[in-house]
Amino acid sequence: MKTRILGLAAVVALAAASVNALFMVPADLNQGDAQRIMYVHVPSAWLGYLSFGVTALGGLAYLWKHDLRLDALAHAAAEIGVMFTAFAIWGGMMWGQPVWGVMWQWEDPRLTTTALLLALYVGYLLFRRLTDDPRRRASRAAVVGLVAAVDIPIVHFSVEWWRGLHQGPTIGSPERVLDPAAPMQFVIALLTMLAAFTLAWAWLMVRRYQLARIELETEERARLGRISAARRAAPATPAPRAEEGVG
Amino acid sequence: MSDELRLAWAIARKDALCELRGRQAAGSTLFFAALVLLLFGFALGPDTRRLAEAAPGLLWLAVVFGGLLTVARLHQLEAEDGALDELARYPVERRTIYLGKALAGGMAVIVLGAVLLPVVGVLYGIDLAPAALPLALTVLLGGIGFAAVGTFYAAVTVRMRAREVMLPLLMLPVIAPLLLGAVEATAAALSGDPFGELGAWLQLLAGFDVVMLLAGAAGYGYLLEE
Repeated sequence: MKTRILGLAAVVALAAASVNALFMVPADLNQGDAQRIMYVHVPSAWLGYLSFGVTALGGLAYLWKHDLRLDALAHAAAEIGVMFTAFAIWGGMMWGQPVWGVMWQWEDPRLTTTALLLALYVGYLLFRRLTDDPRRRASRAAVVGLVAAVDIPIVHFSVEWWRGLHQGPTIGSPERVLDPAAPMQFVIALLTMLAAFTLAWAWLMVRRYQLARIELETEERARLGRISAARRAAPATPAPRAEEGVG
Repeated sequence: MSDELRLAWAIARKDALCELRGRQAAGSTLFFAALVLLLFGFALGPDTRRLAEAAPGLLWLAVVFGGLLTVARLHQLEAEDGALDELARYPVERRTIYLGKALAGGMAVIVLGAVLLPVVGVLYGIDLAPAALPLALTVLLGGIGFAAVGTFYAAVTVRMRAREVMLPLLMLPVIAPLLLGAVEATAAALSGDPFGELGAWLQLLAGFDVVMLLAGAAGYGYLLEE
């Protein structure tokens, strides 16, 4: 019930913030309506980073407590993070086309870093799907997630440096939107959108986490079923031995 | 500490001996990487100037492809023989095993880089001699970093389904900064470093090596237990 209220609140907030960002706030003088993409792009990017932070922390906590619920949390966050990050990149490309003239700008460190971030966590999710034993998967995924989290600052730093040393052209960055000189209306539109997106993120997180718990239970039941089936088939031999080879 | 290094060296020596006495994979990997360089020539040639311009990137891509095969073998041979479980039962710290494996992998990747450099020089028409020292340093730091990451991910994927594709898939995004630093350092070294950026890129490589060695050593313990 509480989750349903959260979901309803997210829908209402998203609708209100969208109406505001699309129709109430005036278009940007230089970029025109393309600037409105920022209202979904910035929140998506922020939630992508937030999700991967949750994945790293969940993994760390799992290694400490060995509680599979923490692993389910890390899993849920990674999946939602991949979704928001992909959305952020897509939005950025839609914005880059009219404003920069290209969809992909190699000299923007944020874009390059985010693309690698997406690749790292898609790898994380694929890794999870290909490992069967829940405990082994949880601890390995935790270290994989943590190494990815350690790598991200180095990636960002190196790409930043790459541009700096090459003296690339200075390009209007998405951060301009939060410029203190920007009219108050823009800032408020972005902040309400951030709040609405974060609500939706929280609802998705709760739901995906619940689903991950159910997945774990189903897996466990299937495992137990296989073990008892093996026992029935060969009651004389110590059956569970065969299970250890899984994964 | 010196004891730990001695133990790590023993593990590295064992891996190197296995590799050398096996006598197939090491040579084949070198040949494969050289072949990649030759194919880049077909893809971008026959303009030698264009090839010379792209040479640092092509060199490091060949090192990455060859290196992937090298680090995959580090754990694969032992996993097939069941020797990996024995190794995990050794009365030594897990990080020592990691260090030994990374040492063996690092040596292999450095040899790979050292062999590919002259191949690049000949195929793409570059005079390497004036830049020998910075190039050697770049290969050294690049090889260590690659092995630090590769040893970790090889252990992650060793008993996985579809590990042939999962190892590069997990590892390549992580080594992106290493690739960037190594390519830029090589390019700076070959051009005589007119902008004085060589030192910065070498520092980036060294920093990457240290961080990834520490992360790998810390994480490796969770990969062998079973």
